[in-house]
Amino acid sequence: MKKEDIPQDDGALNIITKEVVYAVDESGKYTTELSTGWEIKTTALNLAWEDIEKRIKNAQNKVILNEASPLLYFIELRLMDISILSAYTGFWKWTIKQHLKPANFNKLSKKKLNKYAKAFNVSVEELKTMKAHEV
Amino acid sequence: MKYDFKHLQAAHCENGVTTNLLRTIGVDKITEPLAFGIGSGLFFVYLPFLKINNGPAIAFRTMPGLIFKRTCNALDIPIIRKKFSSKASAEKYLMECLLAGQPVGCQVGVYYLSYFPKQYRFHFNAHNLIVYGKEGDNYLISDPVMENETTLSSYELERVRFAKGALAPKGQIYYPQAGKIITDLQMRKSIESGIKRNVNHMIRIPGGFAGVKGIAFTGKRIKQWRNKLGEQKAGLYLAQLVRMQEEIGTGGGGFRFIYAAFLQQSYNYYSNDTLLEVSKTFTKAGDMWRSAAVQAAGIYKGRIGTQADYDIMGDYLIEIAEVEKKAFQTLSKMNWKL
Repeated sequence: MKKEDIPQDDGALNIITKEVVYAVDESGKYTTELSTGWEIKTTALNLAWEDIEKRIKNAQNKVILNEASPLLYFIELRLMDISILSAYTGFWKWTIKQHLKPANFNKLSKKKLNKYAKAFNVSVEELKTMKAHEV
Repeated sequence: MKYDFKHLQAAHCENGVTTNLLRTIGVDKITEPLAFGIGSGLFFVYLPFLKINNGPAIAFRTMPGLIFKRTCNALDIPIIRKKFSSKASAEKYLMECLLAGQPVGCQVGVYYLSYFPKQYRFHFNAHNLIVYGKEGDNYLISDPVMENETTLSSYELERVRFAKGALAPKGQIYYPQAGKIITDLQMRKSIESGIKRNVNHMIRIPGGFAGVKGIAFTGKRIKQWRNKLGEQKAGLYLAQLVRMQEEIGTGGGGFRFIYAAFLQQSYNYYSNDTLLEVSKTFTKAGDMWRSAAVQAAGIYKGRIGTQADYDIMGDYLIEIAEVEKKAFQTLSKMNWKL
C-alpha cells in the first residue's frame, strides 16, 4: 500500500485513537502513518454488531416465550458462550445447559443465582427479570 | 512518583510491548517490524471445526506470547514471566516491580478494558499492555495501540488481568530481565533465524489448515460458503475474515505490510537484494489481501453476491497463497553468507 492510499474513513476506534498503518512512501521506503479507519472494516464490525443485536433480541423472545431461561439472554448480551460462562462461574458446561431450561433455572438456589448474577454483572433481581445495564 | 518512561505507539500490541520493554532496558535496535519478523510473527491458519464469536476461526499471526519470547531468546535476553492464582499476589508482585522501577508487560482481556470503545470489547484475552507506574489508585498504562498513555484503576486492571475463558491471562506479567549491548552480528543471526522459522511455518507446516496451504484451503472453502451457509451467514463469515485481517493490530493487509517493512529493515543488517525483492512481494501480497477485503465487503454489504462473486473472492486467496509461497521459497533459498 502506498502512503497516499491509506484510507482515512470513519471508524468506531477513532473516538479514542488513530491506528498505526504501514505503507510505502514515494521512494518505496516503509513508513508508518496514522489512520482514522477504513470503511471496509467499519462495515464488517457494524455487521457483526447487527448480528449480535439480533441474537440478543431472539434470546429475549425465547425467554419471554418460556423456551429458555434468562441465562440465554445474558449469555448473548454479554457476548459470552457456554464455555466463557463456565469459566466465570465455575459451573460445568453440562450444568449450564441444564440451567438454560426455564424449569431448572426457576429451581436454582440463591447461591447459584448469585454466581450467575456476578458473572453477568447484574443483581439477582435483574438476572431474573432480564434487566441489564452497560458494563 | 516520577516515571522515566516514554510511550510508543505501534500497530500491534505484542510487537509494541516487546519493542518498548526492550527500550526500557537499553536495547534500542528493535523496531516494531524487527520484533515481528525476528519473532516469526507472520502466519495464517483457518480451523474450520472451531468457531470464534459465531464465525470462522482465522488468524493472520502466530500464537500470542511467542513474538516476545522468540525475540528475547534470539537476542539472548533472559525473560521473567509469571502467572498467578491469587489476585492479591498478582497485584503485590506488580507493585514490587513498579517500585523497583521496572515497567512490565501484562496480558489482559479486552471485554472489561474500560478505555476501549464498546464495539471493540469482545472476550478476547490476548491483548498486551505495559504498566509503568501508579498514581493514587490509578495504574499508569501504556497500551501500544493507543496514541497516548492512559490509566486503569486498580479494580479495572485486576479485572482485565483476571479475565476468564480461552487464553485466560491469569494475571500474567512478563518483562526482559537485563539489557546488554546488541551487536550487528547478533541482529543478523536473529533476523536469519526469524526468517527461517517463518519459512517453515508458512510452507513446510504439515496439514492443510495452516501456512500458504491454509490460505488456498480457505479460498476453496469460501467458494462453498454461499451454498453451505446461506447468504446471510456467508456474509458474516466474510466480515469476520476481514476483521481478523484488517482490525487494529495488523498494520493493514493481515500483517503483510509489517512483514514487508521487516524485510526492508533487515537489509540494513544483511545487504542481500533478495530481502528487498521479497519485501516488494509482500507489499503486493498485502495489497491483494486488501483487494480481497474490498470484494468481501461488496458481498457483505449486499452490493454483489452471486456464486461468481464468491468464486472471485476464493480465487483471490488461492492467488495470494501462490504469491506468498513463492516469496517464502525465495527466502528459503537465500544465501545467508555475507
